[in-house]
Amino acid sequence: MIDHLPVLLIAVPILSALLILLAGWYDRRFCYPISLITILLQFGAAIAILLEVMREGTIRYHLGGWAPPLGIELVIDSFNGFILAVILFLSAATVVYARRSVEKEIDPEKRISFYVLFQLLVTGLVGMTITGDIFNLYVFLEISSIATYTLIASARRPRSYVASFNYLVLGSIAAGFILLGIGNLYVATGTLNMADLALLLPASYGLATVHTAFLFLLIGFSIKVAFFPLHLWLPDAYTEAPSAVTVLISTVMAKVSVYALFRIVFTVFTTAYVIDTFAVTGFILFIATVAIIAGAVLAIAQNDLKRMLAYSSISQIGYIMFALGVANQLALEGGLLHILGHAVMKGCLFMVAGLIIYRMGTSQLSDLKGVAKTMPISCAAFALAGASMIGIPPTIGFMSKYYLVLGAFEAGQWIYAAVLLVGSLLAAGYIWRFIEIAYFGDHHSEDRRPAPAREGPVSMLVPMVALALLCLFLGVFVEVVMEAVRPAAMLLLGGA
Amino acid sequence: MDAGLLPAVTIAIPLLAAVLIPIVGKHENIREGVTITAAVTMLGSVLAMLPPILSGSRITIPLLPMVPGGDLALRVDAFGMVFALTAAVLWLLNSFYAIGYMRSLQEHAQTRFFFCFAVAIAAAVGIAFSENLLTLFVFYEILTIITYPLVVHVETPAAMKAGRKYLAYLLIGGIFLLAAVILTYILTGTTVFVPGGFLAGSGSALILQVLFLLFMVGFVKAAWMPLHGWLPAAMVAPTPVSAFLHAVAVVTAGVFGIVRVAGWVYGMDLMASLGLGIFLAVIASFTIVTASLFALTEDNLKRRLAYSTVSQLSYILLGVSMLSIAGMTAAMAHIPIHAFLKITLFFVAGAVIVSAGKECISEMKGIGRKMPVTALMFSAAALGICGLPPLAGIISKIYLALGAVEGGMPVLLLVIIASTVLNAAYFLPIIHTMLLQRPDDERSLDSVTEPPLVMLIPIVLTVAVSVWIFFSPSMPFMDLIDIAIAEITGSVVP
Repeated sequence: MIDHLPVLLIAVPILSALLILLAGWYDRRFCYPISLITILLQFGAAIAILLEVMREGTIRYHLGGWAPPLGIELVIDSFNGFILAVILFLSAATVVYARRSVEKEIDPEKRISFYVLFQLLVTGLVGMTITGDIFNLYVFLEISSIATYTLIASARRPRSYVASFNYLVLGSIAAGFILLGIGNLYVATGTLNMADLALLLPASYGLATVHTAFLFLLIGFSIKVAFFPLHLWLPDAYTEAPSAVTVLISTVMAKVSVYALFRIVFTVFTTAYVIDTFAVTGFILFIATVAIIAGAVLAIAQNDLKRMLAYSSISQIGYIMFALGVANQLALEGGLLHILGHAVMKGCLFMVAGLIIYRMGTSQLSDLKGVAKTMPISCAAFALAGASMIGIPPTIGFMSKYYLVLGAFEAGQWIYAAVLLVGSLLAAGYIWRFIEIAYFGDHHSEDRRPAPAREGPVSMLVPMVALALLCLFLGVFVEVVMEAVRPAAMLLLGGA
Repeated sequence: MDAGLLPAVTIAIPLLAAVLIPIVGKHENIREGVTITAAVTMLGSVLAMLPPILSGSRITIPLLPMVPGGDLALRVDAFGMVFALTAAVLWLLNSFYAIGYMRSLQEHAQTRFFFCFAVAIAAAVGIAFSENLLTLFVFYEILTIITYPLVVHVETPAAMKAGRKYLAYLLIGGIFLLAAVILTYILTGTTVFVPGGFLAGSGSALILQVLFLLFMVGFVKAAWMPLHGWLPAAMVAPTPVSAFLHAVAVVTAGVFGIVRVAGWVYGMDLMASLGLGIFLAVIASFTIVTASLFALTEDNLKRRLAYSTVSQLSYILLGVSMLSIAGMTAAMAHIPIHAFLKITLFFVAGAVIVSAGKECISEMKGIGRKMPVTALMFSAAALGICGLPPLAGIISKIYLALGAVEGGMPVLLLVIIASTVLNAAYFLPIIHTMLLQRPDDERSLDSVTEPPLVMLIPIVLTVAVSVWIFFSPSMPFMDLIDIAIAEITGSVVP
């Protein structure tokens, strides 16, 4: 049983998606528990696998017993073991959160398909994370993408259809680039297994085919992670999707796309390739810095809470790409920490936004004056996660930023380190706008009706508060997280 | 209890209070009871550490591993004790005063107010007890964030604007401080404070000079000019908050940081060889004189006091800049001395607001007839800052003068004299207005009385402490400072 955990991670949720469909036909109320149980099981399995990996080293599972490079293998090492645990934890939190949110935002007859698609999305993302085969990665990417397009549109508002369609177009272009990139790699090496590719590629580093493949993959995944200026699909998609979907795609899907990019840049290709042969890190570092600043400035300019957080994501993706651009041990530790940290804090912030929509029916900042009096717990969670976003110690956001800056300093990139530090302050600009409005905007306003505290349902509050507290505790006990992050960063740089 | 745990306990007490305060927030008396209990216990816990510190030992307690460059760790030494003791005593007095003030004015959101106060004092004590630069930075940033709701407490548009200014100055300062900390780590591989400094020989003179500039901007809480704008702006806050900013924690944290860096990161010899003493002396002298001139022009009492603080804080920088034993002593001694005197002045300014509703000096004519004790205490503290015995202000002035001569910079004597004259020039008219002038309209003061006892007693007590420091300077402050000076100069503890 334990040996087969990797494949069960994918097989169980696919079966469960079908089960939800069947059970939903019988009685709609079955959908949610099945979904919850499945994801909790997956999360448990992910933790078991991560502990196993940290103890025993990389796990390789040959699907159907076919040995690679011909067969497809699932590979879980310290890098994706860590990512897997993170995304399944956040998926679990999102499912708990989703139930009441979905009841409010999705038509009753569409809820079955919502849970089916939700399950398929998680399946696709888990598949992307643990596969060791680059074409298989593409397949899972498409599964998750198609589920996402549909889920975004499931808000069934005209604007969400547009957002979904825009993402569909850009996502398909991205998929096209990725597929062509994979094709080129196959032409150059004759294999699709990632480990095999890593072995065979250095011989062809000089080939134009390989350069093209790398560029295509880079562009394709840059669209998927919404790396500035290829982010155009993101603000609409995040804003117009149902709240629960926003939480899931802004945390889990965004992080898996980043994972895939890191995997390809560092494992399929190597640091030697991106630094020496096809020197692209300096350029990425530059764009990442621009992304940090531009995303934050755009976020400050928004008048809608969800859209503001969406632009903030563009800025935060910049931090993670910054790590890729610096490409040394400390910076990558910071980047990986930020994958976790940003998922936790942005998940929390979007959950707050969802709760505010649930309760107030709007996320327009101008309508939220004094909302902290009505929803004290949600706003406190926002303040805590927001402090993490700004990088106030001792939150997790500070820790990842610290590692990034330290890495940049060590690499001699003083100017970029300085820009990163200053750019991080811009986050204070947009976080504080909400804090001011929520906490301090009401006292002297004309109509001072005493608003009784009316929070959302408990099942939405609990995951939100848990994530907010995690922002603090992961920061305070950062050394525990570093136990998992450090070997992962080493692995990316080609070490043990 | 194991004495080794006391530093952590001291910080945990107000944090625990911060957890309890929102829970019991609905019941005002219980909520205030929590604050007072925490303040008393924290003072007790600080006092319990005093004997071992006075005997020359240090209490170190590593809390948590954090990041490369520094773990979260506490170490209580003599200099940290000076700050912590000042903060602990003043928090207790300020809590009583704040309760009286907030209730008299029926301020809103008092639970938030006392919650933030409790976290802020924990951060201040954390700064005092930091074992390394990174721990100090963590608490320094927490202090910035948690004082923001206090500053914007009244929530008027003017207050929100001031709050943005406050946050902008201090957060940008924080970034500079972080850069300085990281640079220190890159240069030396450590950020743990070492008496006498650890930077010597780790980088070129230019880098170390730039690093010092980063530190200076980082400690913008010291409100040196021209980076002082946030402090007068923050005067929109309720008076107990002003007292907290000016005396208990915030500006004190800034100057504390600069002294810490000068004595425990650079060391006086390195500072001298880099020419940083002269740099600091120029900044300090400029600030002392200019801020005093600004103070002359202010009619709003709290704003005049704010500029007075800006000026007085630079006494501490001036003391450091002399890079001599007497100068350092003056710098360290001025931290508690200024805190006790300045908090009296703010307490009085708040008492006048509560009793008479007046903020401008020109409206306070003859107010001493109705509030004799309050006005007398104000006069005493103001004269104390000018340097009149028998109040503590004269002590730091004497050491400053000694340091100027000892450090071979007699020109700084002129600054000290000019400053004393200016102090008198902006304080004496206030005393004159309060005590001697007749009100324009006799009946306008009819309803004015002394403030409630819960506010009046802290006012009297802070003056009493200042007098006590004058008559018995050695115990505990000067003894602590002697130990700290001995540490950083490498001489034997006297």
